[in-house]
Amino acid sequence: MYKKGIYKIVANTPLTREVYRMVLEGDTQWIKRPGQFVNIELEGLYLRRPISICDWDEKSITIIYKVVGKGTEQMSRMQLGATLDVLTGLGNGFNPDVENEKPLLVGGGVGVPPLYHLAKMLIAAGRKVSVVLGFNTAAEVFYADEFRELGADVYVATADGSVGVKGFVTDAIQQEQIDFDYFYSCGPLPMLKALCGCTDKAGELSFEERMGCGFGACMGCSCKTLTGNKRICKEGPVMRREEIIW
Amino acid sequence: MEKNFDLSVELCGVKLDNPIIPASGTFGFGKEHNAFYDINILGSISIKGTTREARFGNPTPRIAECRAGLINSVGLQNPGVDAVVANELPALRKIFRKPIVANISGFSIEEYKECCAKVDKQEQVAIIEVNVSCPNVHNGGMSFGTQPEMAAEVTRAVKSVTTKPVFIKLSPNVTDIVAIAKACEQAGADGICLINTLLGMRIDTKRRKPVIANKMGGFSGPAIFPVAVRMVYQVAKACNIPVMGCGGVESASDVIEMMMAGATAVQVGAANLKDPYACKRIIEELPAEMERLGIEKLTDIIGIVE
Repeated sequence: MYKKGIYKIVANTPLTREVYRMVLEGDTQWIKRPGQFVNIELEGLYLRRPISICDWDEKSITIIYKVVGKGTEQMSRMQLGATLDVLTGLGNGFNPDVENEKPLLVGGGVGVPPLYHLAKMLIAAGRKVSVVLGFNTAAEVFYADEFRELGADVYVATADGSVGVKGFVTDAIQQEQIDFDYFYSCGPLPMLKALCGCTDKAGELSFEERMGCGFGACMGCSCKTLTGNKRICKEGPVMRREEIIW
Repeated sequence: MEKNFDLSVELCGVKLDNPIIPASGTFGFGKEHNAFYDINILGSISIKGTTREARFGNPTPRIAECRAGLINSVGLQNPGVDAVVANELPALRKIFRKPIVANISGFSIEEYKECCAKVDKQEQVAIIEVNVSCPNVHNGGMSFGTQPEMAAEVTRAVKSVTTKPVFIKLSPNVTDIVAIAKACEQAGADGICLINTLLGMRIDTKRRKPVIANKMGGFSGPAIFPVAVRMVYQVAKACNIPVMGCGGVESASDVIEMMMAGATAVQVGAANLKDPYACKRIIEELPAEMERLGIEKLTDIIGIVE
């Protein structure tokens, strides 16, 4: 279930040159699973902006966004105490209850944030969690320490090799010979595809698409899967690997 | 409010508690918005555009942001008329007690007839809304709604197989909207619904490519409201059948403006996507707006502008 609410900005700080962390205070009861997203109304822009949920508790939601256009640029300038009109509880999210002992979490760029609360839940459930985070360069890395503080084994890959393994997340998985029995992933499409190419383990992946409403009414973000047509915003953004038509 | 404001309207004998109808394609089959509020407050609902066969629609991206609106190129994704009748309408019946508007599209005269005949038999369908913006596969892909003769042909064909009031939903992408509306009226249409979206396009200047996979799509939202008011006014003046006004409506004030232009009922489209509560808010705002303008009955203002 999803609802609309008014949220107060209580933090809004840059993590890197282009990536910001924002904390919103308000009703969080509609958020049920990690990997769900919020849809934010912004002044002067017609469509809301969908952003994945990084973390939440009883009274606040943390989101991490990259400044890529007018909407996120406006968000980056917003002051503490300002309010936002937000739809919460959107999307299906990752399934933390799937049976696994050694899950691997793979995030690329701004695909990293939705894995954070998932890692929390999996670690709390006693799983041995490995995390691989992929970025272009050292200056773009964020949240590696936060995942370490949760108790996960964290590996970083950068395309230019400025930190961690040189190459992509798949290079890190192979070089570090990470032992896992299930994976959860979010990131750019080529990364998701490469990941499925380098392992035959079961897993789930989060996709993105331009959305109209974000709650399933407009059919703007549909995709075909082996289990039928799905709306990325409603039956997605997370899908099981065996459903995906590449 | 102490005063009693009368919001009810009547479309070809179909009584509506208020003139607000979510426009086809912005409200699915009601389920998603019913999670935000009890949709029984609506006048009616125009369901997702339905075709004979199930359609996935166009490739993505299908959506582009615009100043004061959006472009969509969904491409009539729907499960097909048989699945709509078997699954979607019964599901809608459970959450919405009132009569509905069935929106039908077709790519041939035969398809329009077949689909309209099927929804005509459904008790909960009060009005059939025929979208003539689709390309005619038997006529080089030219849209049915761009020529008076073709729009009239669809109207005649649909009227020959239906018993319920038939509204023809017109495209604004034409040179003479009045000629098309009059041709539909003469062919037996019970009403006209206008306007559908305006053909638009956005370009991603960084990638040097259209934002929408299909390059172009339908532009809707508050930016098109003045075009809609103008066309509603022209058609309502020229025809003697009721008009459902549609295009960029976002507030009670817009609803009253559209009705003064000649609309008997008013559809709300894009606003449902940006603000899921748009229709509820507009209905709740109407009495205050009526009081402000000295209106007791909404029916008193239909087409009041000379």
